[in-house]
Amino acid sequence: MLNAIWLALIVISIAVAAINGRMEVINQAAFEGAKTGVTVCFGLLSILAFWMGLMRIAEKSGLLELLARALSPIIQLLFPDVPKGHPAIGYILSNMSANLLGLGNAATPMGLKAMEELQKLNADKQVASPAMCTLLAINTASITIIPTTMIAIRMQYGSVNPVEIVGTTLLSSFGATIVALFIDRWYRYRHTRRHR
Amino acid sequence: MYQWVSLISLWAIPITIAFVLLYGWRKQIPVYETFVDGAKGGLTTTIRILPHLIAMMVAVTMFRESGALELLLGMIRPVLDFLHFPEELVPLALLRPLTGTGSLAIATDLIAQYGPDSFLGRLAATMQGSTDTTLYVLTVYFGAVGIRNSAYALKVGLWSDLAGVIFSLLIVTYVFS
Repeated sequence: MLNAIWLALIVISIAVAAINGRMEVINQAAFEGAKTGVTVCFGLLSILAFWMGLMRIAEKSGLLELLARALSPIIQLLFPDVPKGHPAIGYILSNMSANLLGLGNAATPMGLKAMEELQKLNADKQVASPAMCTLLAINTASITIIPTTMIAIRMQYGSVNPVEIVGTTLLSSFGATIVALFIDRWYRYRHTRRHR
Repeated sequence: MYQWVSLISLWAIPITIAFVLLYGWRKQIPVYETFVDGAKGGLTTTIRILPHLIAMMVAVTMFRESGALELLLGMIRPVLDFLHFPEELVPLALLRPLTGTGSLAIATDLIAQYGPDSFLGRLAATMQGSTDTTLYVLTVYFGAVGIRNSAYALKVGLWSDLAGVIFSLLIVTYVFS
């Protein structure tokens, strides 16, 4: 599906530019986009390296395992195919809590470590496992308690009460997460039935 | 409430850092060496993500700059009118799953244009805050472990983005009008 979207985005863009007679825009956009990709990636590097360093300490000291054991009932429910006490659980939990606090930058490295652990459990290394899809669903709909960036922008533009969107954001992201988990379950059910 | 929230956002990261370090120290972990060893992982991960990110950014930038996005907006306009969805917010809703920085720019623009305390300003902020860049998350997360076939993950992500947009509209309408 990603294949199709990527191809469609590029082909449609070129076709539209051709009809409008503005091909120079495509040339510019291609290199501009590639540059943005690099910029974003290197922006990630500093944050990733820092949190992964810190998480290694949490891992080696047994802190992650402790956290995982305390909250394992919830994870067991969401990730039935991950064995009890597996290191993936600790990373999934840290990823979820960072998302909850609106620390998107801290959530990514933990999510990546969780993916690595889930990949170890994955039978087909090329195809995403159901557990990986669930982790992704939680991340894309992520419940946010503090939408930090948006509060900052509202302050910048002189809002009378910049934090009044905290409640609406919390409710809306909570609703979206519940929906995401149900849709994930539905697809997971169809997926496993087809591959049995 | 505001002070409580800003206090949490201010303290959350320092407390996490201090707690992890002190816990490691108590368990007699060589904290400095362990940190450096872990941080190395950040470098390899970034290099692995880079090609995926470039591919996606090129496609999204082309789509926006070529005028294809404008065209798409024109086509779905009747549906929007039927649903009473504010047309001003369509670029935000459509771009949100594709690009985090792009949609952030649009949300900021809407807030600047209509004011942070207007209906559209509040809706833009809520929408930006309660959904995530599905395509980016998918690219980065699956790219990092070498997944080529994302199974049904993209469909779930896009449906939940739609749910986030609808919930934002309903809740902001209910709370603020």
